[in-house]
Amino acid sequence: MDYWAGYGSIALFLLVALIFGLITIILPKVLKLLGLVVRKPNAVKYTTYECGMETIGPSWVQFNFRYYIFALLFLVFDVLVVFLYPWAVSLRGGGWAAFTAMAVFIAVLLTGFLYAWKKGALEWR
Amino acid sequence: MDLQAVAFYVLAAMLVVSALAVVLIPNVFRAGLFLVLAFFAVAGLFITLGADFLGAVQILVYVGAIGVLLLLAIMLTRDVHHGSPGNRLWLPASVLGALLLGAVSWSLLNTTWADKAAEMPVPATAALGASVFDLQNGFILPLEIGALALLAVVIGAIVLVGEKK
Repeated sequence: MDYWAGYGSIALFLLVALIFGLITIILPKVLKLLGLVVRKPNAVKYTTYECGMETIGPSWVQFNFRYYIFALLFLVFDVLVVFLYPWAVSLRGGGWAAFTAMAVFIAVLLTGFLYAWKKGALEWR
Repeated sequence: MDLQAVAFYVLAAMLVVSALAVVLIPNVFRAGLFLVLAFFAVAGLFITLGADFLGAVQILVYVGAIGVLLLLAIMLTRDVHHGSPGNRLWLPASVLGALLLGAVSWSLLNTTWADKAAEMPVPATAALGASVFDLQNGFILPLEIGALALLAVVIGAIVLVGEKK
């Protein structure tokens, strides 16, 4: 499959997903406008049903600060994937030189991972 | 007009709308979500222009990592639901923005661009990988230096953000 055909199918998926999402949002409103759905709201219908516990206080809460270090570490290893991607695509042509280069690259970053592990940055304290 | 051009203009319109939403929506969290959508549209623009590696990087780094980091940073702050208050500097900011837009558009239109589109390999990822990991004239040493820089980022993040004992 060539470049445009490959990304064309992704675009098609995207389009179908978009239309599906929009229809499921808009269809109930259209049906309501046309008067096809009976609307008799009461307090029981508005309760949280099978969607978890009733919330106490506002649901917008401040997240724990400890999540941030995980996000930062995720960012670093996400950048690693950016380097892995062209390497993986061209691996057949590269031979052992490319393999060794990436092995060293991953070893260096693994040191950082082990450091984070040893420091207890990956633990929830 | 072929399909690539249609996709390009649809994505460009999506980008403009979501970028406007980032600025105009008072709820910061929703503005952040629209920023992620804008990143996604930029990735689509890269792909329609034949730069598939840049598109993949845009989705991996911006949509994936920067988006998560940004939304997390918003959720770490208190009183998010109050959103961004009205800004008194909106008039100078919009004048400055219009000036910048004018300068960029003027220089875009008055530059003679060397048309290298025909020489560009599409898809670009395999060609890029082959040129980076080439043993004779590749970029293996800069790659390993990049690894060291990332290692420095890991250590710096742990030292700066980690709890003091």
